[in-house]
Amino acid sequence: MTLELVIPDPRLAVEMRGIVRRFPGVVANDGVDFDLRVGEVHALLGENGAGKSTLMNVLDGLYRPDAGEIMVGGQPVEFRSPRDAIAAGLGMVHQHFALVPTQTVTENVLIGLDRPRFRIDIGRYDDEVAELAARHGLGVDPRARIWQLSVGEQQRVEILKMLYRGARILILDEPTAVLAPQEAQDLFRTLRSMVADGTSVVFISHKLGEVAQIADRVTVMRRGKVTASGIPISETTTAGLARLMIGRDVVETIERTPFDTGPVVLSMRDVEAESDRGLPALRGISLEVRAGEILGVAGVAGNGQSELAQVLTGLRHCSRGSVTVNGVEVGNRTPRDAINEHVAHVPEDRTGVGSAPNLSIADNLIMKSYREAPVSRHWSIDTGAVRRFANRLRETYSIAAPSVETETRLLSGGNLQRLILAREIASEPRLMVAVQPTRGLDVGAIVTVHRLLLDQRQAGSATILISEDLDEILALADRVAVIYEGRLVGLFDAADADVAEIGLRMTGGMASRPPEPGDAPRIVP
Amino acid sequence: MDPTIILAAGVASGTVLLFAAVGEIFAERAGVINLGVEGMMLIGAVVAFGTAVATGNAWLGLVLGTLAGGLLAVLHAVITISFQAEQVVSGLALTFLGTGLARVLGEDLSKAGAIALLPTLTIPGLAAVPAIGPILFTDQSVLVYVGYIVVPMAWYWINRTRPGLHLRAVGESPTAADTLGVDVYRLRYAYVVVGGLFAGLAGATITLAISPGWFGDLTVNGQGWIAIAIVIFAQWGVGRAALGAYAFAAIQRLLIDIQGPEQLFGFPNPFYVNHTLTFFLGMVPYVLIIAVLVAVSGEAIRKRIGAPAALGISYVRGERGH
Repeated sequence: MTLELVIPDPRLAVEMRGIVRRFPGVVANDGVDFDLRVGEVHALLGENGAGKSTLMNVLDGLYRPDAGEIMVGGQPVEFRSPRDAIAAGLGMVHQHFALVPTQTVTENVLIGLDRPRFRIDIGRYDDEVAELAARHGLGVDPRARIWQLSVGEQQRVEILKMLYRGARILILDEPTAVLAPQEAQDLFRTLRSMVADGTSVVFISHKLGEVAQIADRVTVMRRGKVTASGIPISETTTAGLARLMIGRDVVETIERTPFDTGPVVLSMRDVEAESDRGLPALRGISLEVRAGEILGVAGVAGNGQSELAQVLTGLRHCSRGSVTVNGVEVGNRTPRDAINEHVAHVPEDRTGVGSAPNLSIADNLIMKSYREAPVSRHWSIDTGAVRRFANRLRETYSIAAPSVETETRLLSGGNLQRLILAREIASEPRLMVAVQPTRGLDVGAIVTVHRLLLDQRQAGSATILISEDLDEILALADRVAVIYEGRLVGLFDAADADVAEIGLRMTGGMASRPPEPGDAPRIVP
Repeated sequence: MDPTIILAAGVASGTVLLFAAVGEIFAERAGVINLGVEGMMLIGAVVAFGTAVATGNAWLGLVLGTLAGGLLAVLHAVITISFQAEQVVSGLALTFLGTGLARVLGEDLSKAGAIALLPTLTIPGLAAVPAIGPILFTDQSVLVYVGYIVVPMAWYWINRTRPGLHLRAVGESPTAADTLGVDVYRLRYAYVVVGGLFAGLAGATITLAISPGWFGDLTVNGQGWIAIAIVIFAQWGVGRAALGAYAFAAIQRLLIDIQGPEQLFGFPNPFYVNHTLTFFLGMVPYVLIIAVLVAVSGEAIRKRIGAPAALGISYVRGERGH
């Protein structure tokens, strides 16, 4: 990719001074200063919870600041809503897209506008949107309904929405979190051409690599405060930025001792399953995972990962094929059958599937062992034994809470995930199914989760790690399987995996080199 | 057992269900479920009839009955949108309130004699069209014709206009709509009240046109609930709701007429011979609606039509997280 050299106009597009925004119990922004020059990409870097999104939500008018002032184009502004912000030429693309899934691209673009007055001549607006998309390299069919689009395309619709409204300042909140590597490169190309056109971009991220690639300047935040303000990217180093972001040197390398794999634990043969909407979600998946091995499943969201995990844990029926754990069929059985075969599940949705938020920590911890001694005797639950069991796990896994009677919904993301892992590991898993186990967690919690998963590998359990974070997979997995549209389209040894090749296959691209022994054929045992 | 009479009667009494269902579609498309349709219809029916009795003016009754339904809906809007209370509970309470209120207001009305009804019309020309003319355009109440106009207008409003785009957005994804400057609260208020106006109109249609008179709760007799079922059956589509309303009413009429003759297709009519069997006939429409619901739901999921995604969920702006 060729980076055009853009000399930024020194005139400021945005200036924020002394922004304070409090939430019950937290000061999310504590006297933050931030400025954005016209025609630059300014990265806002920080960990989860550092206050980046809050700051930009304040700028966008979604939150009112408790103190501080904001100037846009040199004029002081006080936005009451995102509508005011967009009227001033400022548009934000959130991490969770604000799109109406049942409506078309054009309809989504038109929502909230004063034009057309009443009757919508949809054909005319389709043409306008198509023309705008073509001009900025945001290829998307204006007539398609949002639910039919990939996440990358949906993101383009969000950007189109802002451009159609004449946004000259674009705020992107972790835009690459949902993208495959190639899609991220496409986005960077689009951003570059927009910036060359005089648009200014705020790029929120916690990934150092991409910040170094796309940003002109960077502002770093930690715990609601700015730790580095508007440094030109050329004057930074990755290690330096990481220190500013985390507040200490990062111990990045995870200890991974080689381990001899044991017998096959999980074997899937030709498994097919349907999605909730009755469309094919898994189309003939065959794979094996051995004891003491972590198989990473890489893919862009929505390519069958959720359904794969559900089939393994008895939560979804498969229409064809077989799933065996230690030789026992668990496919098309109940979750109880899977649990009896010591299949552990760390689900994607921690509050909906992984825990019962209104029950206590103790109740959540015994959810898999309540049927057995010592927790229960016959049909009665021994509350004393429950408390001892829960307290033991709370200490072992350092779940920070006043007591095991605390309601689970009061736990932070990291503590909740520790609770789920504690419960699952206590069930002595032979197969561990972990889905997005670190999404949304802070660095400390991520390290804990990774360590626990590696401990399980060491203890001889087979692990299937489904993640959209390729770095995480490469750091933990022994082998990497790539899933695309319900099929496994590549299988690599993690040690010599080619990231570009994996990324290409994640997006449905074909192998760019001749197939080697050990590639795709190994999918089918 | 004349098919033309049965179908014409179906279109006439189906108009009541049609108005109520269209109103509920507007409210639910905006994301607010209102189970108070029965109550709002009763209020509309009693106010319309009472006004017509007192003033001798059926048109005035129609207007006031419609407004009364809307007024009751305002209560539902305040409770569920401003105070974010559970929509199902509030709707049920509305039905109880509407029913009770209608009983009190209508206390002396059952003794009222005949009143001036809304006129019936035969459309010259159209009435002569074979097959459909005698069913749709002959001797029908003026409100039946209003129904013919309301359906395409409502469809056009929802699917082809800017306000309709906003209505759908508010019911499917209020967060998205709010971010783009659509006033979610105001729109939901408006469409809940529109739903109430339509329910009031439906009630007035009963007492002023289709089956005149005041018979307490029996005036509406569960048609509000049928209308809600028709909305689901129609998968929130106006055209399908109209068809469902007419078909349901026609089947009801058929099942009454079927009890009349001594002979049916050359055999002794079992319903004429044994009156107990007619109770089973009474169940048929309801069993039918359940069967159709089951049949259409699978297809609806595949085609992504169906309940608005935010139906029944109060919208709270600016909550941290998502």
